[in-house]
Amino acid sequence: MELTLDILSFVLMTTGGAFVLIGGIGALRLPNVYTRLHAASLTDTMASILIIAGIMLQAGFSLAAIKLLAILIFLLLTGPTASYAIANAALLSGLDPQCDGSTVGAADGDDESGEELRS
Amino acid sequence: MIEVVFGVFLLTLLVITAVAVVRTENLFVAVMLMSIFSLLMAANFFILDAADVALTEAAIGAGITTVIFLGALALTAQREKRSPNGRFATLGVISVLAALMIWATFDKPRLGDPDAPVHQHVAPWYLEQTPELMGIPNVVTAVLGSFRGYDTLGEVFVVFAACIGVLFVLSAGQGLDRGLFAPDPESEGLRHHLIPKVVGRLLVPFIVLFGLYVQFHGEYGPGGGFQAGAIIATGVILYALLEGEASALNALPRSVLLGMVVGGALLYTGVGVAGMLLGGNFLDYSVLMSDPVIGQQVGIVLIEAGVGITVCGSLLSIFHAFAAREAR
Amino acid sequence: MLDNAIYLVVSIAILVTMGLAMARAILGPTVYDRVLAANVFGTKTVLLLSVIAFLYGRPDFLDLALTYALINFVGILAVLQFFQSRSRTEAKEAKD
Repeated sequence: MELTLDILSFVLMTTGGAFVLIGGIGALRLPNVYTRLHAASLTDTMASILIIAGIMLQAGFSLAAIKLLAILIFLLLTGPTASYAIANAALLSGLDPQCDGSTVGAADGDDESGEELRS
Repeated sequence: MIEVVFGVFLLTLLVITAVAVVRTENLFVAVMLMSIFSLLMAANFFILDAADVALTEAAIGAGITTVIFLGALALTAQREKRSPNGRFATLGVISVLAALMIWATFDKPRLGDPDAPVHQHVAPWYLEQTPELMGIPNVVTAVLGSFRGYDTLGEVFVVFAACIGVLFVLSAGQGLDRGLFAPDPESEGLRHHLIPKVVGRLLVPFIVLFGLYVQFHGEYGPGGGFQAGAIIATGVILYALLEGEASALNALPRSVLLGMVVGGALLYTGVGVAGMLLGGNFLDYSVLMSDPVIGQQVGIVLIEAGVGITVCGSLLSIFHAFAAREAR
Repeated sequence: MLDNAIYLVVSIAILVTMGLAMARAILGPTVYDRVLAANVFGTKTVLLLSVIAFLYGRPDFLDLALTYALINFVGILAVLQFFQSRSRTEAKEAKD
């Protein structure tokens, strides 16, 4: 029983770690803000569920497990909300979500591009 | 060993962030990088086992600093002005100072060395006496609240003075037609954004509840008045973002906030004076109750409440001062 | 020992991701990339703190992760409010 739990949590946490890494690579490598947001937010949710479930199996039934559950619930609520806010802020400022074949689309350039695009 | 590797990695990221903050001329970017800086700082404190400090950094850095920076940014230009003069002189001064500081670290004891002078002085006495004198497990709270009560009183008055100063400076300008809640501070906010509205409304009570938990659990775990005040202020700021600033001011008017700033500091001082009236020294809580241990606990709870009230009131007053620049 | 190893693996994965997010925050190119990087950093910090709390056997320090999980998104919402009010102000100025 103990061993089964250990193996299960091992699997959960490794998968979670893989998701975290995939999200990080996606956030670095994808061509524009919206695609990067997509990679980061989706893997964030999945990785949080997997990793925290894995730790909860290790923690057993204790106060720590309840706190972890609370952390998970709040992460699941706030993460997508933050992603929504970022996407909306980018959209409000006139950043074009369409990627027109050229790799970086409207977002190319340096810091100013965000400001110039707002007009 | 693991601690060292983690610590070095996080500190490297910290240095990179700091350099990036200095290098960028876009102030908005600097604000975002500062929030990353704060996260790294908290993680570092955590790895060094300083949970109370880490919690303070988290409570302040996670929400409030970003919001207040953005409020200030909405009032100014978004780019830093270039100042070409004296760059080399600055570089010289900084490098000399940096060299001095690095040289000074050679005299420092090893990280976590139990024989370091700082661990030989009063720290062992605090660790020994806290369970006996106060009966609370968190020595940090005991030191902050009781043994070094004077220092914490000083900090509360620093917060108080800073708040008054910010309010004075910001009330000097005339009403501007910008700011975080421009152009119409009455009606807006994120009210028509469905997802933040629903989630935020759900979370505001939990944030305030968690703040109260941190406030009153400070004797048993990481936490205390300062962190709790910041967390509760974050909850109210979230409400202001969701419902527009006017609604937040309806719920907690400026006069109430100022009353909190003053009242918290007064509560702290009052506990000290009560100790004097009951025949002890200033900020000696043992005389507050017939049992000195219970007296210490009551005193710590009361002064922590004072700290929390002052911090919460100050942060919210500063937030409103930045966010609401309507003509008065 | 086995569970320590697994905590270690996960925390290294999270730390590497923090490095990647840091690269995104510094490279930009738009300001939203940096907001995004800060957000990724925030959630990764929550996970890292939870994992490390167990790696060190200090589950009572989870309060810190809970703080971040609760209030990290307030800053991001303020970013949305910032851009919303600015685009409104500009629209209003353009109309006048």
